[in-house]
Amino acid sequence: MSRGNRGRRRFNPDRDVEEWKGAYVPYDILKEAFVAFLAVAALIALLAIVFSSPDEHAATLKTWSAADPVDFAQTAVTELDGTSGTATYGPPYNATPGASQHIGFFAPNQWLGVHQPVDTAQDFVIGPLRTLPNQPATQLAITAYENAPAAQQTAWTTAYEKAVANATDVRGRLHVPVGRYGPVGIIIGSLTGMSQTGGLDGTLLSNGQFYNTNYTKPLLFLADGNYLAARADSQHLSGDQWGMMNETGNYPGQAWLWLYTMWYQVPPMNTSSNGDLEVWSIMMLLSLGLILLPFIPILRSVPRWTRVYKLIWRRHYRELAGT
Amino acid sequence: MSIDTGVPTSASTPDSEDSRQWTARVRRSAESAFPPDRLLPDRQPAYMASWIYVFGVLTVVSLAWVILTGCVLAVMGPSWWHVSTVGLFVNSLHLWSVEAFFFFMVIHLWGKFFMAAWRGNRRLTWITGVVSFLVSVGAAFTGYLSQQNFDSQWISTQAKDGINATGAGAVWNVLNFGQMLMWHIVLLPIVVALIVGLHVLLVRRRGIVPPFELTETGDEPEKAATGQDPA
Repeated sequence: MSRGNRGRRRFNPDRDVEEWKGAYVPYDILKEAFVAFLAVAALIALLAIVFSSPDEHAATLKTWSAADPVDFAQTAVTELDGTSGTATYGPPYNATPGASQHIGFFAPNQWLGVHQPVDTAQDFVIGPLRTLPNQPATQLAITAYENAPAAQQTAWTTAYEKAVANATDVRGRLHVPVGRYGPVGIIIGSLTGMSQTGGLDGTLLSNGQFYNTNYTKPLLFLADGNYLAARADSQHLSGDQWGMMNETGNYPGQAWLWLYTMWYQVPPMNTSSNGDLEVWSIMMLLSLGLILLPFIPILRSVPRWTRVYKLIWRRHYRELAGT
Repeated sequence: MSIDTGVPTSASTPDSEDSRQWTARVRRSAESAFPPDRLLPDRQPAYMASWIYVFGVLTVVSLAWVILTGCVLAVMGPSWWHVSTVGLFVNSLHLWSVEAFFFFMVIHLWGKFFMAAWRGNRRLTWITGVVSFLVSVGAAFTGYLSQQNFDSQWISTQAKDGINATGAGAVWNVLNFGQMLMWHIVLLPIVVALIVGLHVLLVRRRGIVPPFELTETGDEPEKAATGQDPA
């Protein structure tokens, strides 16, 4: 529409307003802001004094392997044979075929590819063990495993996975039934021992520099096991407990994520292998709709139809009715 | 006798050559858009007699407390609040100011929705308000990732799947504490502050939206539009 025609455009009550010709009243906006500033200060100070804030100690590979060495060993062998959650994740960690989420042709994760490369066997198991000094048996076991044909490696790790399913935890020490798992028993046993001393945490964090703030590898390893999930479940943080919007203890978390979290509870997203992309696509569309609400017919009329505004401006309408 | 203040007075009038300067143009635009009595008005339309209007200013002052308490945490470093009683208290102030900020902002947002506050050339005011809400969600999220405790471990390992599914994980790694901390204390606060600042300026420029006009049937009378958006 040209500028010259604007003044003749039909009045739309959901878009246009009549210029206010009524009364104006004194309003000290800075005083209001100052009083509000002090009121909020008092409110948050009171809440901080009464409730403080939560600070659950972080999990480490050391605490995990000490508390549940069987779960640690079961996870570690899947990192070694490439069947863990991280090993089969796909982009951005590795190029596992068909692992990327997609909606039809729309597969942004696949398009962008691997940007945080993780080789679980080398990065989580073999590499850290290679740093151990004075452990000739462990080094020989690693060499034997690496030099074996792929079929032999698979036979060993499969045998170990069966054996470790019946493993026991005796005062923090891992006891795996005897089996035909070749050098894998020594490898996983050494890794468990290394983790229990705390050495694995530091090795996974190291990137060849003294300083590091990237916890991608230790967090991925932790997330592959059941230990972290069990702690989260006990703190009502699991996905089926609306976990993303909760906080440890009884503290309010990110309650504003309720809509995002809700989509994970309903079909088909709660069982879909592409659930994350589906939920994010829905939220992106809804967010765009909220931003552009003033331009969307019908939706922009909802405030006028619901008439909640009569409650908001009830004094104004009461005065209008009285004149 | 005149006194030299060291500050030359402006010689640019709308017709002078100096008036084509970028500086002069920006000054004239700013003076036109925000004359002092519009930027800091001492009177408001009489219909602004509702508690719902308080939630806008409560949101802004809560944001001020979020930034102030966050600055104290930044001064002492990210590990301070785990080992210091004072640090834990400041972190608690930071947490509760964030909770208050979102509580007030959501009520403000719903209030503006039911007022259809985008009417009368106020659509950009609505848009900046919604965008500031969405960016604030991101800022709060990176704060949860920067706690360095079990909560941040769990949230990051869960959230990575959603972020990675969109492809954003290629450059935005929620498992990278250093990256998330930088986003939380530098990049996102700058964006939030800029958008909220623009939002407040737009509120000052356009004023608060007038009430719907009522007729006996509750319908709007047919009339020529005024105060329309040039879109």
